[in-house]
Amino acid sequence: MSTDHESPKAHRPEGAHEPHAFFAHHFNTPDQQAGAAKLGMWVFLSTEILMFSGLFLAYFIVRMFYPDMVLAAHEHLNKTAGGINTVVLITSSVTMALAVRAAQVGNTPAIKRNLLLTIMFAGVFMVVKYFEYTAKFEHGMLPGKYYTAFEHGYYIPGNPHIFFAVYFCMTGLHGIHVLVGIGVLTWVYIRASKGHFGPNYYTPVENVGLYWHLVDLIWIFLFPLLYLVR
Amino acid sequence: MADDKSKHDAEHAEGHGKREPSYLVAQRGLKSWLFTIDHKRLGLMYLGSTLLFFFVGGVAAILFRTELLTPAGDFIPWLLSHLPTALGGTGGDVEAAVAQSATTYNKLFTVHGAVMVFLVIIPAVPGSLGNFLLPLMLGAKDVAFPRLNLLSFWVYTLGACFFLYTLFAGGLDTGWTFYTPYSSTTGTAVVSALFGAFILGFSSILTGLNFMVTIHKMRAPGMTWNRMPLFCWSIYATAVIQVLATPVLAITLLLLVVERTLNIGIFDPAMGGDPVLFQHFFWFYSHPAVYIMILPGFGIISELVAVHSRKHIFGYKAIALSSVAIAIISFIVWGHHMFVSGQSELAAIVFSFLTFAVAVPTAIKVFSWVATLYKGSIQFNTPMLYALMFLFTFSIGGLTGVFLGTLSVDVHLHDTYFVVAHFHYVMMGGTIIAFIGGLHHWWPKMTGRTYSVWQSKWAALLVFIGFNMTFFNQFVLGQQGMPRRYYTYVPQFQQQHMMSTIGSYILFLGLLWIAIYLLASLRRSAAPKEPLPDNTWGGASLEWSTQTPPIEHNFHGQPRVDTDPYNFPQIDRTGEVDHH
Amino acid sequence: MILSMLMEPEQAAQAAADATKAAEAATEAAKAAPPWETLSPWDTLPQASTFAEGTDALYLFIVGISVFFFLLVMAVQAYFMWKYRRLSEDQKTSSITHNGKIEFLWSAIPAVLLVVIFVWGEVDFLKQTVPPNDAVQVRVTGRQWFWTIEYPDYPGVQLTSSVDESQVTLMVPKGQPVQLTMTSEDVLHSFYIPAFRIKRDVVPGRYTTLWFEATQVGEFNLYCAEYCGDQHSAMIGKVKVLEPELFAAALADAGKLEQEPSESLAAFGERIYSRRGCNACHSLDGSPKTGPTWKGLWQKNETTDKGAVLVDDNYIKESILEPNAQIVNGFTGVKMPSYKGQLDDKHITALIEFMKTLK
Repeated sequence: MSTDHESPKAHRPEGAHEPHAFFAHHFNTPDQQAGAAKLGMWVFLSTEILMFSGLFLAYFIVRMFYPDMVLAAHEHLNKTAGGINTVVLITSSVTMALAVRAAQVGNTPAIKRNLLLTIMFAGVFMVVKYFEYTAKFEHGMLPGKYYTAFEHGYYIPGNPHIFFAVYFCMTGLHGIHVLVGIGVLTWVYIRASKGHFGPNYYTPVENVGLYWHLVDLIWIFLFPLLYLVR
Repeated sequence: MADDKSKHDAEHAEGHGKREPSYLVAQRGLKSWLFTIDHKRLGLMYLGSTLLFFFVGGVAAILFRTELLTPAGDFIPWLLSHLPTALGGTGGDVEAAVAQSATTYNKLFTVHGAVMVFLVIIPAVPGSLGNFLLPLMLGAKDVAFPRLNLLSFWVYTLGACFFLYTLFAGGLDTGWTFYTPYSSTTGTAVVSALFGAFILGFSSILTGLNFMVTIHKMRAPGMTWNRMPLFCWSIYATAVIQVLATPVLAITLLLLVVERTLNIGIFDPAMGGDPVLFQHFFWFYSHPAVYIMILPGFGIISELVAVHSRKHIFGYKAIALSSVAIAIISFIVWGHHMFVSGQSELAAIVFSFLTFAVAVPTAIKVFSWVATLYKGSIQFNTPMLYALMFLFTFSIGGLTGVFLGTLSVDVHLHDTYFVVAHFHYVMMGGTIIAFIGGLHHWWPKMTGRTYSVWQSKWAALLVFIGFNMTFFNQFVLGQQGMPRRYYTYVPQFQQQHMMSTIGSYILFLGLLWIAIYLLASLRRSAAPKEPLPDNTWGGASLEWSTQTPPIEHNFHGQPRVDTDPYNFPQIDRTGEVDHH
Repeated sequence: MILSMLMEPEQAAQAAADATKAAEAATEAAKAAPPWETLSPWDTLPQASTFAEGTDALYLFIVGISVFFFLLVMAVQAYFMWKYRRLSEDQKTSSITHNGKIEFLWSAIPAVLLVVIFVWGEVDFLKQTVPPNDAVQVRVTGRQWFWTIEYPDYPGVQLTSSVDESQVTLMVPKGQPVQLTMTSEDVLHSFYIPAFRIKRDVVPGRYTTLWFEATQVGEFNLYCAEYCGDQHSAMIGKVKVLEPELFAAALADAGKLEQEPSESLAAFGERIYSRRGCNACHSLDGSPKTGPTWKGLWQKNETTDKGAVLVDDNYIKESILEPNAQIVNGFTGVKMPSYKGQLDDKHITALIEFMKTLK
């Protein structure tokens, strides 16, 4: 066997990009690295969709079992707040897409600006969610055995504790994803500040973007299903 | 099949006695192991931990098999009353021991099932052999995401810790299936076990994701999909299921956690929910999980049969595509676990039909392996013995599956020992036998050590006899109507139970013997004087073209591939040789 | 033959003593095979319902196919192993890689056989799902860990399983269809009679049905087949199949839970203890099971979740009718079902008298 350690460069096809600073040793070319990262992200997103699909299935089954209850219970969700959040998230998807575009052309100030806007919108979403949740807590509209809305003067026929269980599970899991999103957006923002991204290397921005679009997409399904049953 | 240059170089280097330090010694210290991102070291770490849990699950099995020697409950009360309280016993209090005995039995079979499924069979082959071999077979330096790979391992460890905590926090008595409403009402440590399984699910997802991307993106130049070793195909099919099915399990377990803690009522009939819904959710994952367990075993057998008979595998494409077919069909057969659970008749019929559809690709595989032996040059090395044993036991496992897929017959056999015997023939007689065979096949490559040949062959015989004695009796028990998960049973079943228990002792001894001689081969004094040859068995896939044990970066330079991995030099291309 | 195989000796003696069944027992005994044969666990199960023969025929058909293919594959494998064993290190091997014709054949032949098996199984299964209109109606309730059987057409009759596997739990007439409507009060159970080849899960919150027609007089084992917790393996009993003309009388007799003229109140209480499933959770020997033991319980000072209590008539009555009002410490895990409507004052008094004898 050849005894010298050959550098990865030795096996790179002619005309490939020069490796960037974040090129990992076990890949042959930066393109291979970027392709792997992107494929990995898509596979990950499909697992996310499947995880949420379990909850969507639970939702549909509950709705099939108790259509009247779901209809009555959903009236107690705040459509205005949900609507605002929908607009906020869609806007944040736009700013995210702009950030990715900025990374591709190597415009660091624009990456930072758009990422900051995205983080801000995510924050607004969480604040609105906070007020929604607080209202539900105050009215005793809680899952399972903690459901006490009848003590607060709200009477919902049937088994509303199941509806609110599904509501909290779905929006809760989605909320956790938004929080994780804020985390990774911040991480990408810090890396962008250090000038890591340019036309040769923007995979992290792109992948975080994909993730963020998925979080957005899930909300776009959650909103009509939970808030706009009628 | 590796490029001639690298082969030539290898000979050249050996001629000069020049060797690179292997991955085992390239870096030293505990830290270099715990935080390694080397797929080979992670493979060894998975191997160690799965074997440890295999032992834990095995001890639980031996304990409850001993209890089943007699129809009445007597061994466990005796055991409990003789154990000090610190070890979960009652310290001489016979009455308390009797009172706890049924629960203890239930905890033992639950521990056996949950540990074997979640901590052993699902991660065993992908985690250890898959991790070690996949990049080597593909001619890559590592998996696509080495750090994610390390994370998977630690997530696995975290999940295992939750399981261990469960054991010490009162155990778990739900059965590994966690059926509601029992699991949402029983007093044992269900929540920590659910979290454990949930976390292990993530480890499984991350590993599957990593392998999928590795196979798509990291193949050596010239390695087309049809030039991949069949082991890689089976790992690919496994990864697809891991990625697509496990998230559903995750959300199911999470819903059950919420059900237990908040009483949300989605699975609880008293609160307006549906307990059968849980079974649908659970089996939607857990049936594909059966194939997560068995497909890697298929991959191993394909390699072993071809290499030890030096014959091109028969029906490469059929074997490769049948793995993928099994992976796809596995998603739409979950209802065959619920023929008597109260699902609609139509659903039962559809699921029964789809179940039969899985049988065909499985049969194709078995026939192809046997056909591979035709006009080969078969040497009965220990790995080959396991491969041949696999064909025996797995055929029984597969054929008895037909009984259970048949609606009217399943009504009688469902939830009896017949089912227990069937899935042990598939899981133990299939996956574990293949795993042990693979371990013997790649042990020299992984460790640079050799094991005692005569010991390994006798141990294989013990395993074979013990296994069949344990589980074949259980088919008879099930057909006679012995329900599973019974602490005590009616006396008419004692004869079979006794034979089964004796068989389990033989099996346990055989497995223990394997562990002993494999561990013995790792002693410093057992180190071979001369480094082992690169190619132990005359294999033609890439892992045999590199040094034994491999260097840290797997290959010197980038291997190139121009043919498929079953092109052995002994294959006669002229067609003139008379095969006996 | 079935009788002698499945019955305990003392039970067989009891049955023989029963005048109405003497003739029947005699004929059964005459038919019985020698004991060394009947005791063999390899003996096949009795085929005691109209479904049994069909299921067994298909079972044997699959066994035949499986054994044939298994032996075929193993024989071919063994032949290859011997014929193509490695004799020399440089032994050449064939370059065959595939063969479309043979691969098609070994995919198609199993596929065809599997379709045959599927259709056969499906037809038999559908027969089991549609009960005839004139079936004897039976209600089955599963509880942790006993079965309660009631007959809507025979009011007041209630049979219960107990930890004793020989207790008659279900009585049915021979040659008449019987339909079971089943539900559970707590967790999943599964109603399984191997000799009839039938099984169905018993699910809380919904009703599942099962029907069969027994073809043999005798007693057959009855099991819970879905794991349901601690005493899962004690949730067993006997199905007793009777000639139709004896059925109504035997049922009335078996379902009657009244004090016999010659019986003391305490002895009657002991009978209730085993007949109403108390023994599933309460022992008499001092060992705690799912519930507190009855030994020494009378006049004992217990600590409950509501405070200290003296076990007297009132506490026992309350515990039977509203079991969860005051739960003794250490027994909060599994909730006892209420016996309101199942045990009247006379029964409760008898139970209390029985408890008083357990010092």
